[in-house]
Amino acid sequence: MTEFAIDRQIDARGSACPGPLMELIRALKASEVGQVVAVLSSDQGSKVDIPEWVAKAGHKLLAVEEDGGATRFVVQKAR
Amino acid sequence: MTDIVIVGGGVGGTVTANLLAEDLAPELAAGQVRIRLITDRPEHVYKPAFLYRALGRTSQQACRRPLGELLHPAVELSVDPVVKVDTAQRRVGGQSRRWYPYTYLVLAAGAQVVPERTPGLKEAGEQFYTEEGADRLYRRLAAFTAGTVVVSVIGIPHMCPVAPLEMAFLLDAFFRARGCRDQVQLVYTYPINRVHSNPAIAEWAAPELAARNIRVETFFNVDRIDPERKVIETMEGTELPFDLLIGIPEHAAPGFLEASGLTVDGWVPTDRHTLAVKGHDGIYAVGDVTDLPVSKAGSVAHYQAVVVAANLAAQVRGLPATARYNGKTFCFIETGTDTGTYVEFDYDHPPKPVRASRWIHWAKLAYNQTYWLTAKGVV
Repeated sequence: MTEFAIDRQIDARGSACPGPLMELIRALKASEVGQVVAVLSSDQGSKVDIPEWVAKAGHKLLAVEEDGGATRFVVQKAR
Repeated sequence: MTDIVIVGGGVGGTVTANLLAEDLAPELAAGQVRIRLITDRPEHVYKPAFLYRALGRTSQQACRRPLGELLHPAVELSVDPVVKVDTAQRRVGGQSRRWYPYTYLVLAAGAQVVPERTPGLKEAGEQFYTEEGADRLYRRLAAFTAGTVVVSVIGIPHMCPVAPLEMAFLLDAFFRARGCRDQVQLVYTYPINRVHSNPAIAEWAAPELAARNIRVETFFNVDRIDPERKVIETMEGTELPFDLLIGIPEHAAPGFLEASGLTVDGWVPTDRHTLAVKGHDGIYAVGDVTDLPVSKAGSVAHYQAVVVAANLAAQVRGLPATARYNGKTFCFIETGTDTGTYVEFDYDHPPKPVRASRWIHWAKLAYNQTYWLTAKGVV
């Protein structure tokens, strides 16, 4: 389990695609540089979409963890 | 006396009111039930017409009717913008400072665009999600003969999820008809890594955009617009210059809902099948105000209204409420000046756009005229 200090937690389990990715984007938009957002997603597409967008947007993917059938993505706003 | 109050005079509220009035006719006649629709304006406006207004293909008069003409005579109409819902006292407060008590409440107040949430968008961008915006865009398009037009989806969720694609297709046809398509570069942008939030619609639309020489930019999240330089700046660190920007703005539920403690993350938390508002007894939500993972579309509001009306009528009679909404959605998609397709889907069945044809386009035009029968609760 992650040991990062999380500034925003989003539970997007059950949220229809593109819910988890858009939830992450909205949360990062509202965050300061350096803050950490964690999004929990049960959507299989997130395993591709979220890391791909994080890389393209230049943020840091700190962790990807499986948690009870869902996946937690921990992202730090880098710019 | 059982008071049923419906907030909102769009398709969701109007259909709910009319179906209830029809179903509860005996109770209304006996003075046991009162149905009141509270809205902020006396007219019912058909929002899908804004797309056509922006391209000069319909008039202001054609897309509005007085609510009094559409509502069942037993429905009491109050034109009084709602400022608060007092769930503790079970009453709705209007701008007139009048309180309207309710036994059952239906929230059908719709969504509104909030372009001010994106810096520079109000100053530099056009949109077709309001009447004023559609009319202004029409004048800009009529004078536009060369340059870059960007259709940018900025806010998700937004009303009519396929409308941005329709606008892109119709712009291609518009400029071809005027003989200046070669001088106009069309660009379509979307926040995630495909051209639509629904994978099936995205898979269908991507080659349609390519076939019309419409450039696509995905993973494109607008951060701000520079009105001086006429450039879109994105969260991804890219810039896109434009001569005409058609932005699909961020959307929000009306402010009184948040002020009344009825929203979570901006939308009303709603049961996906019963449409009951979570955490509040006797309150239902219909249409664009909900947080449901369905399109913010007129057809959704229509189908949801049927369910809520049936369940409310059952509850009034002390019967079990068994109607369920299954996510049903139906959307026409205009693909050009004289062709169209459609999608029909629900929670369990994804959309499959059919081959575009003139017949479907004409069916859409016909529905634009017969929509008023839907509003009346007839079709």
